[in-house]
Amino acid sequence: MPPFRSYEHLLRLAALFAVGVALFLGLRWVLVPSDYGRLGPYRAGALAANQARPIVYAGQAACIDCHSDVADLRKANSHARISCETCHGPLAAHAMDPAVAAARPDPRAICAVCHLPSAAKPPGFKTVNFTDHAGLEACTTCHRAHAPKL
Amino acid sequence: MDGIQGFMYPNEMELQWGLLIVLYPFITGLVAGAFILASLERVFDVQAVKPTYRLALLTALAFMLVAPLPLQLHLGHPERSFEMYLTPHTTSAMAMFGFVYLWYLMAVLVVEIWLEYRKEIVVAWQQSSGLKRMAYGVLALGSSNISPESLRVDDRVGRLVTIVGIPSAFLLHGYVGFIFGSVKANPWWSTPMMPIVFLFSAIVSGVALVMLMYLVMTWYRKVPVDMRCLDTIARYLLYAFVIDLSLELLDLAHRIYEADESFKTLDFMVHTRLFLSQIVLQMVVGTLVPIALLVFARVVRSARVRRVMYVMAGVLTLVGIFAMRWNVVIGGQLFSKSFLGYTTYKLEFATREGLGVSLALLVLPFVVLAGLVRLLPPWPDASGGRRDSLPS
Amino acid sequence: MPFDRRAFLQQTGKLLVLTAPAAAAWDYVIAGEADKAPGYDAAAHWWAMIIDVEQCIGCGRCVQACKAENGVSLEPHYFRTWVERYQIDPDDPEHPYVDSPNGGYDGFPETTKAGVKTFFVPKLCNQCADSPCVQVCPVGATFQTPDGVVLVDKDYCLGCRYCVQACPYGCRYINPETHTADKCTLCYHRITKGLQTACVEVCPTGARYLGDLKNPNDPIHEFLRTHKVQVLKPQMATHPKTFYNGLDGAVR
Repeated sequence: MPPFRSYEHLLRLAALFAVGVALFLGLRWVLVPSDYGRLGPYRAGALAANQARPIVYAGQAACIDCHSDVADLRKANSHARISCETCHGPLAAHAMDPAVAAARPDPRAICAVCHLPSAAKPPGFKTVNFTDHAGLEACTTCHRAHAPKL
Repeated sequence: MDGIQGFMYPNEMELQWGLLIVLYPFITGLVAGAFILASLERVFDVQAVKPTYRLALLTALAFMLVAPLPLQLHLGHPERSFEMYLTPHTTSAMAMFGFVYLWYLMAVLVVEIWLEYRKEIVVAWQQSSGLKRMAYGVLALGSSNISPESLRVDDRVGRLVTIVGIPSAFLLHGYVGFIFGSVKANPWWSTPMMPIVFLFSAIVSGVALVMLMYLVMTWYRKVPVDMRCLDTIARYLLYAFVIDLSLELLDLAHRIYEADESFKTLDFMVHTRLFLSQIVLQMVVGTLVPIALLVFARVVRSARVRRVMYVMAGVLTLVGIFAMRWNVVIGGQLFSKSFLGYTTYKLEFATREGLGVSLALLVLPFVVLAGLVRLLPPWPDASGGRRDSLPS
Repeated sequence: MPFDRRAFLQQTGKLLVLTAPAAAAWDYVIAGEADKAPGYDAAAHWWAMIIDVEQCIGCGRCVQACKAENGVSLEPHYFRTWVERYQIDPDDPEHPYVDSPNGGYDGFPETTKAGVKTFFVPKLCNQCADSPCVQVCPVGATFQTPDGVVLVDKDYCLGCRYCVQACPYGCRYINPETHTADKCTLCYHRITKGLQTACVEVCPTGARYLGDLKNPNDPIHEFLRTHKVQVLKPQMATHPKTFYNGLDGAVR
């Protein structure tokens, strides 16, 4: 073993490293988020953060709450299982404050969204050539949007 | 959509990893390669390359200090990058990166350079004044002990550090290959050979760089070139190249033979969008031509002609290895994971991830190296390389 | 009478499973305390999705609803969900023609190819049980919740993009505003309050269905038992929890 003097500089280096490691561990103890690791290798608070978005689509149950008459109208007809917001767009704002207007979709454009013919649509899904069927008339001339089957 | 051919999943159309991510493995590859060259002398006692020992270490350090910059510039939130040290997700190859990097930088490279230069640092500390004196004092860690005994201790510890450093250098660059190679979603990247191919191409690039730097430095210092040293480096470059080429050819042969579901898409991509960078730059200009030059140089008598061939080989090698990084990183994102389409890489100039920044990042390590060479001269007494002044 | 899948899922699913808690949760939403909806025990749920390719008409309402509900950038090619249309020449099934104009946001222009097999395929995050994107995140900014949803912690994400590379399905992107990774969250803010995801809510044909595999009464169990379902890229072994009914072999 060589005399102490000949390797004391290495001990200084080792001390420097030890200080560095201690500093790192200290920083780690201070900076790691407190909820990290509670549920898994992530911040548990992220769950709440992901839940805290405003609702934009109300969901059909909210519409039926007030508009049960429309729900009854749709019941036995072909559009019964379609959500209100499919055609009327997002309605959470309206559901929370009825003073906020709900969108009334264009009576021809909205039908075209689903019912325009396309070879890719599943067979059995009702499509119609709009001009052959009704010229330039709006669909609501003959069909009620909430109970379209005549 | 301009630049899109066929069908790509909507979120795939824009490349995620661009030129900055090409730069990173290129730079760390140079680090690993330069270090391996330095360790040839230290551990395997290849006396001939002694004159380049210190230069190789300083080159490795200069590039290693710059390497994190392209990564930081690329992140969406660089201010959060320290999270990788605080909460590394242990299933992620990238998470362990921070520690491997820190280990290699601090426990291997800096320690080895410190041990190598300690005598000069202490002497400079005692002989300078003012700010310089303070700087050297800090570097010496306040210890002025340069007795023959202590220098012998340094030598033994330094050798141990280098021995540990070799697998550390392998790990430093091998993990970059693993980060790509372990992505099962991408068939261009996903192969167990990726870490090995990356590593050997790193060795090739690092050795070529030190060879070029040595020629530049001797020209700058107006001293004669040690041809024995240069020829030996060139020989090792050739060996590394042969291994690297074999690995690349094996990967290629394997892909062509197996011809799995990704093959047609990748083949088409290589022949069209990657033709210039893969076939021309990487294969021909960057691999076959340098290998030919290095082989022919072995039978050339004139030292002057050999030097010219080595310069050409070195430059083309660096171009070729850069192209290889480009082909892996960019190539892996040019095709759709649906195997039905292709996109293009839109490289801009003056943005955070643009060409301008990348060029600056390529120049910066040389600026750092210039500073390091002034602070810690590789050839203080024109002896060339490692301290010969050890008492017997 | 042929088995009406749409009715099966929508009627029994919606009424049995969701009306009561949805109504209760709605009171909280109306009162402006959306994040305090009580009674949600994550460990009691294991969310999955069914996509019925045979019902999809490519109307694109799901794509619109998702963007509106989740504030996804309307700037092209950032999608949490999108619809693809396949046109397959029966003599050349290896090379289907696929398109997804603006992700299907405005529906699809009428196809002009003749004699092809053609259909729509909605795509979204598969909420993989063995997710490669979760595996590769270096800091734990993306994770799987106890109820099986893969989420992103946008206050912790570095934006390194490794997860985007690791997803075999192209579900992820980098949010151009927050510069963090982003993807379908299965409308986590909705399902934890007893609501449907936005895309399921507006789908007019019942091509999408949100199921809870931990609920013994959920019709998803019966559906999976009686239909031939597939997942996308099963060879990746990511164990997706999005099951496709009627998926053609040509779908990528």
